[in-house]
Amino acid sequence: MTGIDVARPTAPPLARWTTPPIWSEGLAAALVWIGAGALTLAWPDLTPWARTGLWALLQFALAAPLLALSLAGASWTLTGRLKPAGRWLIALPLALTAWQVLTAKTGILPLPFFPPPQSILEVYTDDAGRLVESVVHSLALLLPGYFSGALFGFAIGVAVGWSKTASYWGHPILRFVGPLPATAWLPVAFFFFPGARSASTFLIALSTLFPVAVLTASGVGSVLSGYYDIARTLGASRSFLIRKVAVPAALPHVFVGLFMGLGASFAVLIVAEMMGVKAGLGWYLQWAQGWAAYANLYGALIIMALLFSGLIGLLFAVRDRVLAWQKGMVRW
Amino acid sequence: MTALEQTLDTPVPSAPQGLSVQARRVSHAFATKTGQLPVLDDVSFTIEAGEFVALLGPSGCGKSTLLRLLSGLDAPREGKIGADGVRITGPDPSRLLVFQDPTLYPWRSVRQNLAVGLETRGVLKAQKGRIDEILRLVGLEAFADALPHELSGGMAQRAALGRVLVNDPRLLLLDEPLGKLDALTRMTLQEELLKIWQARRFTSVLVTHDVEEALLLAQRILVFSDRPARIIRELAVPLDYPRRREDPVFVALRQEILSGLAPH
Repeated sequence: MTGIDVARPTAPPLARWTTPPIWSEGLAAALVWIGAGALTLAWPDLTPWARTGLWALLQFALAAPLLALSLAGASWTLTGRLKPAGRWLIALPLALTAWQVLTAKTGILPLPFFPPPQSILEVYTDDAGRLVESVVHSLALLLPGYFSGALFGFAIGVAVGWSKTASYWGHPILRFVGPLPATAWLPVAFFFFPGARSASTFLIALSTLFPVAVLTASGVGSVLSGYYDIARTLGASRSFLIRKVAVPAALPHVFVGLFMGLGASFAVLIVAEMMGVKAGLGWYLQWAQGWAAYANLYGALIIMALLFSGLIGLLFAVRDRVLAWQKGMVRW
Repeated sequence: MTALEQTLDTPVPSAPQGLSVQARRVSHAFATKTGQLPVLDDVSFTIEAGEFVALLGPSGCGKSTLLRLLSGLDAPREGKIGADGVRITGPDPSRLLVFQDPTLYPWRSVRQNLAVGLETRGVLKAQKGRIDEILRLVGLEAFADALPHELSGGMAQRAALGRVLVNDPRLLLLDEPLGKLDALTRMTLQEELLKIWQARRFTSVLVTHDVEEALLLAQRILVFSDRPARIIRELAVPLDYPRRREDPVFVALRQEILSGLAPH
């Protein structure tokens, strides 16, 4: 009786269509961005920075679409996507403003270690060429190494997981050599390889190979025996058992290995670029440090973070496609 | 259901006759950390071609091991097992197993799961129509492209049954295939299993610990002891299909088997 009363839906308010729904967090965020821009302009820098005006403009530019979305488009899909980030969109300009006040406006945090946001913006406007070049170099070093390491690691993992002989010889080697960080091989690799580039590619491949091989092997080893039994009674050959049963069943493990390998390859990439390869983001960091160009340092770190998290996001997107048959996947 | 009957009414010219099965003095044991664990003790029996036989016994007594030996997945330690008088030396698509767990390949859709046997034998292109025929037979035509995790327990088990039926098995080995299903689904699937068996005339060996299920489905029941499993009795079920649980003969047989299974 009471349950029915409670369950009855409340009538929609009649006035709803006259006032379009407002995304209040979005509106607040837009206002804070505008405020941050205004403060940037109104409060003079301690020592004038070249890009203070552009920094203010950028903040206004971010406020504009937020304002439009919050006032007009509460029902738009883009608004729906941004909505969960609402509080971040408010906190971000607040944090940036605090950073700016502590540096450019008051100098409480001293230069050169604490450059203001507008000086990092200046790095992007004035040193874009070198940064883009560094990103290209880093990717050109990372990707061939990563893919060859993933490929060999996968092949070794399948062999070790499947064959008793391969496991007998391969597993102890993986266990003994695997824990060595690939960077520890750096001096040896630079000695054995003709150039720093080939040595670094090899080390990136090595750092990817081990996690991929170990995870693939354990994935193949933990396949439900029933999957093999069914296939065997249905007349499956050994190659069918490996290609169509063991490998697809092990794929969730393989992707964990690919993820771990990717993280390891980032570390090797940066160290290799700092130690021997005279190009790429790692080298850029080294170079910026040499000139005490801290703004460049932070600017490069931000780009690195975007690049690496983007690559991991890409890997997870691929995984979500390949493993769409799986239930309850971990989201990145 | 009508679709099932329709499919069953159409003659199946390609369906081969069932295999006969011979087991002679079969014993088997598992190697464990503490030594040998005997699971089968001097088991002998014969199953006629096209017969439906239930292997009834307490859980974990070794009946499933016997099915694995019949499928050729394992070889017995002692004794001989044959099909149509020929010794079984390995797995073969004419002798197929359905497990208690559907064990569908989770990365394959229902249709792709049904296709496995055709793929392994390299006849997928030539016999594609078989898959649709069997999908109708097991009532999954609407779920052909569903993934295993989207299926209910009963549907998954239908898919598992379909996956072996696609290959026209001559000996169907059923390892408690309905053991994990709810009572209603179980009853429906028992009826359907019976109809499919009657239409296709393969030999069926059903492992179960459910006395009623054995009495509903089997023409003959072999009752096994606790591990190591021995055949402690054998009885024919002189009832026509479909059987009724309240039939006095049914009730009497159930009583008789249960009293025999009670601990002494």
